[in-house]
Amino acid sequence: MAKLRDLAKVCKSKNAGPFEVTIDIMFETKELFDRVLSTGVLNADLFAKLYGVDSKDVMVTAYPPALAIKGTIPRRVSSGDIGDTDVYGAQQHAPMLDVEIPI
Amino acid sequence: MPQKANECRLLSVSSILGYGFPEASLITGIERVPHFIGVDGGSTDPGAYYLGSGECLNSRMAMKRDLRLMLQAAVPRKIPVVIGTCGGAGGEPHMQEVASLAREIAREEGLKFRMALIHADQDKAAVKSWLQDGRISALRNVPPLTEVTVERSTRIVGMMGAEPFMRALDGGADVVLAARASDAASWAGCAMSLGLPAAPSWYAGKMLECGTASATPKGHDCLLASVRSDHIEVEPTNPARRCTPLSVATHALHENASPTLHEEPGGLLDATGCEFKAISDRAVQVSGMEWKPRPYDIKLEGAEFIGHRAITICGTRDPILISQIDSYLKSVKDDVSARATGFGVSPEKYHLMFHVYGKDGVMGAAEPIKQFSSHELGIVVEVLAPSAKDAKAVLAISRVVIPKIDFPGRLCKSGNMAFPFSPSDISVGPTFKFSVFHVVKPDDPYSMFPIDYEEVH
Repeated sequence: MAKLRDLAKVCKSKNAGPFEVTIDIMFETKELFDRVLSTGVLNADLFAKLYGVDSKDVMVTAYPPALAIKGTIPRRVSSGDIGDTDVYGAQQHAPMLDVEIPI
Repeated sequence: MPQKANECRLLSVSSILGYGFPEASLITGIERVPHFIGVDGGSTDPGAYYLGSGECLNSRMAMKRDLRLMLQAAVPRKIPVVIGTCGGAGGEPHMQEVASLAREIAREEGLKFRMALIHADQDKAAVKSWLQDGRISALRNVPPLTEVTVERSTRIVGMMGAEPFMRALDGGADVVLAARASDAASWAGCAMSLGLPAAPSWYAGKMLECGTASATPKGHDCLLASVRSDHIEVEPTNPARRCTPLSVATHALHENASPTLHEEPGGLLDATGCEFKAISDRAVQVSGMEWKPRPYDIKLEGAEFIGHRAITICGTRDPILISQIDSYLKSVKDDVSARATGFGVSPEKYHLMFHVYGKDGVMGAAEPIKQFSSHELGIVVEVLAPSAKDAKAVLAISRVVIPKIDFPGRLCKSGNMAFPFSPSDISVGPTFKFSVFHVVKPDDPYSMFPIDYEEVH
C-alpha cells in the first residue's frame, strides 16, 4: 500500500468550464503509471465517493502520452455562483492525496 | 486573400492579450516568417463577472502594450494579425475596447490596415426562439435552459468556430478582431484558409491558444506552430524554453474534461491516436490527430446578475469560540436577521455567508475533514443582495454583531474577532454567474457572427 501523494509527480485540479472541475494525476515513469492504472483504484466510483457526486456524472480518462489519469467531476456550485469557494477550481485536489493504492 | 500553401506557420505571442511576452521572443518568431500572428483574448476561467459587467479581464495598458508590438511587427510585413475572444469575455464591449486600442495604435504609429470585427453577442429574442424550436441542448452537468433564464441574462454570446475567421481573411482583413470564439478556432481558421486540413489545424490551435503552456518551463511567451498536411510541429521562440514530447502531451490535460476528445463547432478533434516525437531538443512533432465531422453546434454563454456583494474579513484566536464556531455563526446569522428585518431588509432579500478558513473555507461542504485543530480561524463574511444599499447595510450590521454577540463560556468580552482593516466593510460591486452554457444548432456557421470591415489609418 502507498498513498497517492507518495506516488504521483503532479496532483492538481482546475476548472474544465464553469460547471466541472478536472483533477489530473501524473506520474514520473511509465512503469509507475502502468502499475497504478492497473490497480483500477482511480475509477469513477472513487471520485464520486471522495467528492460526493454521482458516479455517472464522473468521467475518468487514462492518458498514457502524459503518464496521466484525469478525472472530471461536476461542481456542486458553478464557478462564481452563490456559495462558490474556489472560482478557478484550483484547490480541490487534496482528497486524492490520501488515496491508498495497493502496490 | 490568403494564398494556398503546403505549410502554415502560426505565431502565438502569449496566452491572453495583455498577459505580456518578451519582445525578443516576438522578434525571433518573426524571423521564422509566420503566415499569421495572433493571440487568444480570453477565457471563462475568471468567472462570469467579465461577461456580465462588460469589463475587460486585463488592463487597457497591458493589452495596448501587447497589441502595439504585434501590429508594429505584423502590419508592415503584411502578416495578418488574428485575435479571438477579445477583451477576456468576448462580448461586444470587450471587442470594441480592443478595436479602440487598435485604432489608437494605428494613429500613434502611422499604421494602415483593413480591420475585420466579428461580433458574437446574441439577441435574447433569437435565443428564445431557438429554445422554442428545440435547437438548444444543455452541456454535460449543466441544467436545461429555460426562457426565464434567457430573459434574466445580462449578456449572451455565441462561441464561433473557424469559418467566420476564414471569411474575414477572405474579405481581405489584415487584422481580425473577434468576439467570443472557441480558443483554437482563430488558429484553425488561419491554417484552413491556406488549405490545410482540419485535424492538424485544430490541433495546432489547441497548442497555440495558451502561448507556451505546452513548453518547459511554462510561461506567457511566444510559440511557433507549423501546420502540415498530417502533422504539426511546435517550438517556443524563446531559447530559454523548450517543447518536449511530455510537455506537449501534458498540455492536452489543460482545463478540459478529456485530454483526447475535444468538441469543436462542426466536429470532434480526436487526439486518441496522437504520437509525440522530438525533432530537436526544443521542437516536437505531433501526428495522428483526427477530425470527425459532426452536426454544427455553437456554444452559448450567458451571464446573470446575482446581486451586489459586500464583504469583510476577520479572524479569531479564541479557542473557546473556535470550539463552537458553527453554533456561534448560526447565532450571528439569527441576530443579523432580526436586526436587518428591523430596518426593512428581511432575510429573503439577502444571502449572508461565512467562508471559514482553517475549517472548510476552501472546499466548503465537500471538505472531508470534519475535525480540525486550527489555533485560529479566518472568516470572510459575505453578503449578496439585489441592491448595493441593502448589501452594505446587512454587512454593516453583521460587522456590529460578529464581535459583540455572546456565546457560552465567553471570556473575550471586548470583541470576538480581530478585524485587520479600517474601514473593514468592502463593497465588491455587482456579481454574476454563468446562467447559459448550452449549445444551439445554427442555420450555418456564419449567421450568428456578422462581420464588419473598416479601413484603419
